[in-house]
Amino acid sequence: MSESQTPLFACSGVRVWVGEKEIVKGVDLAVPPGQVHAIMGPNGSGKSTLAAALMGHPAYTLEGRVFLDGEEITELSPDEKARKGLFLAFQYPVAVPGVTVASFLRAAVTAVRGREVSVRDFRKELLVRMEELEMDAAFASRYLNDGFSGGEKKRLEVLQLRMLQPRFALLDETDSGLDIDALKVVAGGINAAVADGTGVLLVTHYQRLLNYVRPDVVHVFMDGRIARSGGPELALELEARGYDWVAPAAPAGGA
Amino acid sequence: MSAPHPLADLGQDYVERYGFHDPEQAVFKAPKGLSHEVVEMISRIKNEPEWMRAFRHKALDIFLAKPMPTWGNTEMLESINFDEITYYLRSTEKSGRSWDEVPENIKRTFDRLGIPEAERKFLAGVTAQYESEVVYHSVKEELTRQGVIFLDMDSGLREHPDIVKRFFGTVIPPADNKFAALNSAVWSGGSFIYVPPHTEVAIPLQAYFRINAENMGQFERTLIIADEGSKVHYIEGCTAPVYSSNSLHAAVVELVALKNARIRYTTIQNWSTNVYNLVTKRAVAHEGATVEWVDGNLGSRLTMKYPAVILKGERAHGEVLSIAFAGPGQHQDAGAKMIHLAPNTTSQITSKSISKDGGRATYRGLVKVRKGAKGCKTTVECDALLIGDNARTDTYPTMEVDEDEVRVEHEARVSKLGDEQLFYLRSRGLSEDAARLMIVNGFIEPFVKELPMEYAVELNRLIALEMEGSVG
Repeated sequence: MSESQTPLFACSGVRVWVGEKEIVKGVDLAVPPGQVHAIMGPNGSGKSTLAAALMGHPAYTLEGRVFLDGEEITELSPDEKARKGLFLAFQYPVAVPGVTVASFLRAAVTAVRGREVSVRDFRKELLVRMEELEMDAAFASRYLNDGFSGGEKKRLEVLQLRMLQPRFALLDETDSGLDIDALKVVAGGINAAVADGTGVLLVTHYQRLLNYVRPDVVHVFMDGRIARSGGPELALELEARGYDWVAPAAPAGGA
Repeated sequence: MSAPHPLADLGQDYVERYGFHDPEQAVFKAPKGLSHEVVEMISRIKNEPEWMRAFRHKALDIFLAKPMPTWGNTEMLESINFDEITYYLRSTEKSGRSWDEVPENIKRTFDRLGIPEAERKFLAGVTAQYESEVVYHSVKEELTRQGVIFLDMDSGLREHPDIVKRFFGTVIPPADNKFAALNSAVWSGGSFIYVPPHTEVAIPLQAYFRINAENMGQFERTLIIADEGSKVHYIEGCTAPVYSSNSLHAAVVELVALKNARIRYTTIQNWSTNVYNLVTKRAVAHEGATVEWVDGNLGSRLTMKYPAVILKGERAHGEVLSIAFAGPGQHQDAGAKMIHLAPNTTSQITSKSISKDGGRATYRGLVKVRKGAKGCKTTVECDALLIGDNARTDTYPTMEVDEDEVRVEHEARVSKLGDEQLFYLRSRGLSEDAARLMIVNGFIEPFVKELPMEYAVELNRLIALEMEGSVG
């Protein structure tokens, strides 16, 4: 960690279990303000588990410490973390039939901002954000992720990112299932959030999204650990050579 | 209208046989327990015509002879003590309860639902009248102008004996089931509505407007007749908990939709959790007519209720849209029946239930298509949501289809209010309770959107109260 600057988001010695099985085996991360970090890794390496566990998924047991803006948030519930400014864009967003996108978002915005937003102001803000993401206004009255295509779900995740304006966002495979036009729109939303001061940790299998959202640091994730970290060029190397050449990191000793 | 009721000459000799005593005696409250004397007394106090008196006595015989149902929650049914129930209470007696006798939890719920003072006392049975006279007055003028009759059942019988006699007990005869027989013997209150041909009643008729405590009675009896080409929407009950110190509610509701008529009957019931709510609701839909039951069941200890539509005329259409909420210790045994007697009749059943923390919800349904009823279509959709570990749901969908040229669809889903949904909503800042509530509100949305605005708002508030403090 830099001594001159508190990282916006950091975790140390993070291990994650599902039942008896250890999936994440010791991760340290520090993302300074204004930076975008990417975690790349093969399927099954545990990167999505890491993202969900950092947000506080109840099915995972997390050991280690998690900080946001220098404040420890390890023990907080998912909703407390969200209200502190942490955000997770889901790889598989969940459908909630009968609840419209608009009413869900208004409830979320109210909870995260800690104050009522008038229906009129909310509506206005929502329409602006939806337009940025090239979403039809009718989208707001559909039921949350109910019967949405893969691309629609991802777009909605980014709409939530824009509406909630978190301090730090974990984006889990937000690029998967998107055609190239949709990918550009989604990337535009992420870049706009970064420009507004949101720190980002991108979790992705492919380098594709990194053509549009430029990371400051790339971490290669193998078998539950960060095997190697580097600049954006690392992503290109992975794209060209695959993951096999990166040796898994030695087991974390005495963390 | 002129044909004598088939039961008219039965039971003439009850006074002699059972030695009924002095009619002059001013009795307002029946003694506990059920007997021909009690039935005789009710009929006399109401000064009813002979045919109704006979109808009641005959019904009592049927009630006494019929065994308890051997299906449903028989254990709970067997625990009803018929001797401990007061079968008739004049409304002046009803207002005798003091506010202090109303249980604290009911008062608290009134508070949190924001029920106005006057209305609370009415709902709790402290006062007989709910002061909505001003509203009622303008409604009444409009109805009178249209020739619509909207009275309590007792007044209906007094003022329109011909219509009542023609239809009363024709859709649900006393012998239909034990509780229909009980109601037929001791009924009091309920609504009587007649809509003349080609008349549309613009606003929903609500029992509220009738400002009569008896519409909250235990053995209410409702009869609605929509004449040819007419249209009416009736709303029964309210979302506020109805406190009743008597534990049995056995209502009978009969609807008759004549040719091309349309009836929608909306119920929101929220009985206190000591009540056994055993209600028979049935409609006859003649040629081209539509009947819709919108039925919401909260509260009560045990509810057994299966709104039915007999599709008697060609192209008749029936719908049941229901929700049931079963909390700890409650059993909601609800469903629907569609009887297709004529060709090209259509029906749709949508049943949603929520069982929470030990609550139990049962869907029990029957779709019957008679031989020769060609071209019928029916859709049944059951959707159950389980919350907490001990919640239970069962589905008993019965299909008796005796005709080949029909289309029958059935779909049943059970889902558990899931960790993934909760985590998703909580990751957006919603507390666990708020997230649960949002999921449940979403689940019942197809029902809520069919309700008039003020009922929808109240129902959502009520569900919020029911969900409060639930543990996963």
